[in-house]
Amino acid sequence: MYTRAATWWTILRICLEERLVYRGDFALGTLMRFLPIVTQIFLWQAVFHASGRSELGGYAEQHVVAYYLLTMLSRAFSSMPGLASGITRQIREGEVKKFLIQPVDMLGFLLLGRIAHKVAYYSVAFLPFALVFFLCRSYFSDLPDGAATHSIATFAAFLATLIMGFILGYFLEASLGLVGFWWLEVRSLLFVYMLLSFFLSGHMFPLDMLPEPWRMIVNVLPLQYLAYFPAAVFLGKVSGWELLQGLCVELAWMLFFIVTARVLLHRGFKRYSGFGG
Amino acid sequence: MPNALKHNDQSPVVQIQDLAKSYRVYQKKEGLAASLRGLFHREYREVEAVRGIDLIVEQGEFVAFLGPNGAGKTTTLKLLSGVINPTSGTAKVMGHVPWKRENAYRRRFALVMGQKNQLWWDLPAQESFRLHQQIYRIDRESFDRTRDELTELLEIQELLKQPVRELSLGERMKMELTAALLHSPEVLFLDEPTIGLDVVAQHNIQQFLKRYQAERQITILLTSHYMKDVAALCKRVVIIAQGRIEYDGSLSGIIDSFSGHKIVTLQFAEDDAMKDLERFGQVLEIVPPKAKLRISRADVPKTLAAILSQHVIEDVVVEDPPLEEVIADAFARARNDQDETIEPADDASAHAESPS
Repeated sequence: MYTRAATWWTILRICLEERLVYRGDFALGTLMRFLPIVTQIFLWQAVFHASGRSELGGYAEQHVVAYYLLTMLSRAFSSMPGLASGITRQIREGEVKKFLIQPVDMLGFLLLGRIAHKVAYYSVAFLPFALVFFLCRSYFSDLPDGAATHSIATFAAFLATLIMGFILGYFLEASLGLVGFWWLEVRSLLFVYMLLSFFLSGHMFPLDMLPEPWRMIVNVLPLQYLAYFPAAVFLGKVSGWELLQGLCVELAWMLFFIVTARVLLHRGFKRYSGFGG
Repeated sequence: MPNALKHNDQSPVVQIQDLAKSYRVYQKKEGLAASLRGLFHREYREVEAVRGIDLIVEQGEFVAFLGPNGAGKTTTLKLLSGVINPTSGTAKVMGHVPWKRENAYRRRFALVMGQKNQLWWDLPAQESFRLHQQIYRIDRESFDRTRDELTELLEIQELLKQPVRELSLGERMKMELTAALLHSPEVLFLDEPTIGLDVVAQHNIQQFLKRYQAERQITILLTSHYMKDVAALCKRVVIIAQGRIEYDGSLSGIIDSFSGHKIVTLQFAEDDAMKDLERFGQVLEIVPPKAKLRISRADVPKTLAAILSQHVIEDVVVEDPPLEEVIADAFARARNDQDETIEPADDASAHAESPS
């Protein structure tokens, strides 16, 4: 157990160091994340102004902005830039051999790499994030009693959705990347996924604004857990039984993709080593 | 001598029986129309990379695999390191079946492939070494000792703190070797370890391998295109061509089994003697007063006697043809034989026709 923890710690530390090699790119990438949110704020201000209403689809104007800030946070956990394409590249270029030869588990190794990636990201992004949330604190006023600003239980559930969102995002994208064992090039698959995820994860607009049957479709898909769900939990849109049910479904999806990625890796290695390496 | 001779039982380190590997490759014909057809119906060609290999390697041997590109050398190393599964046959390395990929096995061997990177590109090599320490569970004390020893032998102590991407190819290869040897593997597979290196770097790597192997008595299987590598390092040579073992023995023995000829250089007293030398054998070169002939080995005494009786000879040198040439001939012959009935390698010299 101790040796395993030490292994993980070393991998984590080395990945962190690697992340910090390109300081400039890293800092710029972090700051750029905040740019879209500004345009979103202006866009929704215009929408509310034009409609002349103070509430749209169950969202007050300030809460729409709060929603975007929160999806930005949840996507910071669940998005995995370059994971799937990186896995395919490793397969195509034969780098994946390393995981067949050395006594190290590929999915575990890459997961630690991702954790390091996120830790490095947050250690740099914490201050700007805190500043933005502080400046935007007025958008979080007048939330219902069930919101995370009032209830510790909701806040805990919110944290749980963020962490599960990270794990779900990792294994989902890893599964897509592992398809590379069969297709060698998964760029179009990733494009379709990105497109779907863009609309159906709640990245673009609050999903509960959708009419049926879209609402139902989105509900059974795993994508909403990558952006919409954590934000909705925080804002108190989901509570009681519905919250518990949502958490259980998210957990189920998470387990599903953990198993899927494992199976794909196992089969992929089998195919790879049958094929000629 | 730490960590050496862990493989105590008497059985050979590597046992291969009738090992074969074939795989399908997609055959794409030229042109757009063919590409479109390929969307629906694909033609595959079966490539037999390894066709039934038997090999036994004892503990402490340093064996070279020679062969032309695509002969099956690398495939064999990949099979033995568990990267690929065989189509048929069995192999055991230190009692483990490689393609089961047990961690117990993976901690006892290393594979170094010429241009492939196991180091982290943007970090100093010492960080990658630390990672290996953890992955292979090497305790701190022996890690430090092994690392210092290896880096000293390879003269790379100064470079440990430099990002790998800033190292030269030769320096990187030394780092790769160090990384591969940190866990003191008992069996080492080297695929083209000196490819692309300059003469000095090649020599350094050779010297290092020679010394390391002699000191630790580990088992090494190496593939190389450089005869110098092989001549400097390996007592035993295995020639693989067309997926089969064509020869297994000493380096000098190759000439005996594959070449039916000797090269005879004659220095004549009078120049006009060189006019019709063809009747004695194949004329390779005439630079008066010297002439070089290729003569069938069995005919050498008879022919020499004939020449000596007819001409005044000032000097005679009888030598074996260059090793590279003999091996190239052997490869060419194996290619010609591939569709015919398989002949045992030992007979190769008997049915040799004069290769030009």
